[in-house]
Amino acid sequence: MDTFQQALAEQVAEQHRHHGKALFFYVWGALLVMTAIEVYLTYQHMQPVKMLTILLGLSFIKAALIIGYFMHLKYEVSRMKWLTMCSVVACLILMTIFFFPDARRILELGVK
Amino acid sequence: MADSALQNIPSVYEPSLFGTYSKKIGMWLFLLSDTLTFGALLYAYSYGRISTGGWPTPFHSESIINATIMTAFLLTSSLTMVLAVRASVHRDAKMQTLWLLATMLCGTGFIVLHGREWSNLIAEGLSLPMFPKVPHHQVAAEFVNVSKTVPQFAATFFGLTGMHMLHVTLGVIYLGVVALRRKFIPILLVLWLVAWLGTPAYSPFHYGAHILLIAAIVCGIILWLKPKVYDSSDVEVAGLYWHFVDLVWMFIFPLVYLMSAKIL
Repeated sequence: MDTFQQALAEQVAEQHRHHGKALFFYVWGALLVMTAIEVYLTYQHMQPVKMLTILLGLSFIKAALIIGYFMHLKYEVSRMKWLTMCSVVACLILMTIFFFPDARRILELGVK
Repeated sequence: MADSALQNIPSVYEPSLFGTYSKKIGMWLFLLSDTLTFGALLYAYSYGRISTGGWPTPFHSESIINATIMTAFLLTSSLTMVLAVRASVHRDAKMQTLWLLATMLCGTGFIVLHGREWSNLIAEGLSLPMFPKVPHHQVAAEFVNVSKTVPQFAATFFGLTGMHMLHVTLGVIYLGVVALRRKFIPILLVLWLVAWLGTPAYSPFHYGAHILLIAAIVCGIILWLKPKVYDSSDVEVAGLYWHFVDLVWMFIFPLVYLMSAKIL
């Protein structure tokens, strides 16, 4: 690595040094608890669409925790956060637009 | 704050747009593209699920417990990975290696449990045409007609989870190289022999094990051409990849396993 890259890497390392270890354990605990809730809900004889909504909601919360804290994106500069997340969300929305007409069948016909 | 701090770094280059080093930005770009790969696979699975009648729900409680333990392994491996990054930025080489090895152990546990799950499903009759036939086995009642009436299930299930398992395997190898460098190559070769010789000839893992041999050759060439001591930035970049693998499973687990649980 050249000097500039090394300086940037050292600066990022300095940011990491300020994070306490406890925070990571809290996030890990929250992820495990949410996983346990998901498994519990599976056996509660819920309507499939309702269950899918709750499971996906929990998955997005878990994903946000992993990206924000474990992948450190919460502490990156705003440009990094917005550009990465907006670009990937935009692409996934485009996929959803193609998927949408059939996805409506969940609401209209129910999940088989 | 990070932006203003960057201005103080003396350099002939202009400041980094994203306030971080190039390797990390490169990994983020790769992960964004990989998100689309897994997004497409998850959409394909969901599309098949919605548009096909009689979608099987083969995952009985044993499978769900197995998948839950796999999830716990991956979540724990993410914790050990951040602790490895933390040790690396504090220049604690010993703890860095230990946490990386713990992460690899959890990842290997995930692969072994996932392999067992696949083997059980294949033994029960859920298979792909490309898989060799299991000799002298009885197809379970729930899978008798699945391959004929809902071939999308096996194709999307093995495609999606197989792609993820490949990513976890490559992640373990990546961490092994960062943690142990050249010492990891003979370990990888031993693992290849164990996986190849320890699985029956009809198992997809029998020939899938050759991925380890290919990885050993590629890693050997890379370490021979560019030997280096991996620093905290390398550990952090490897960590990004590992957390991404964990992240993807957070969607596969509920969509594939929990939504197809056999509830009596």
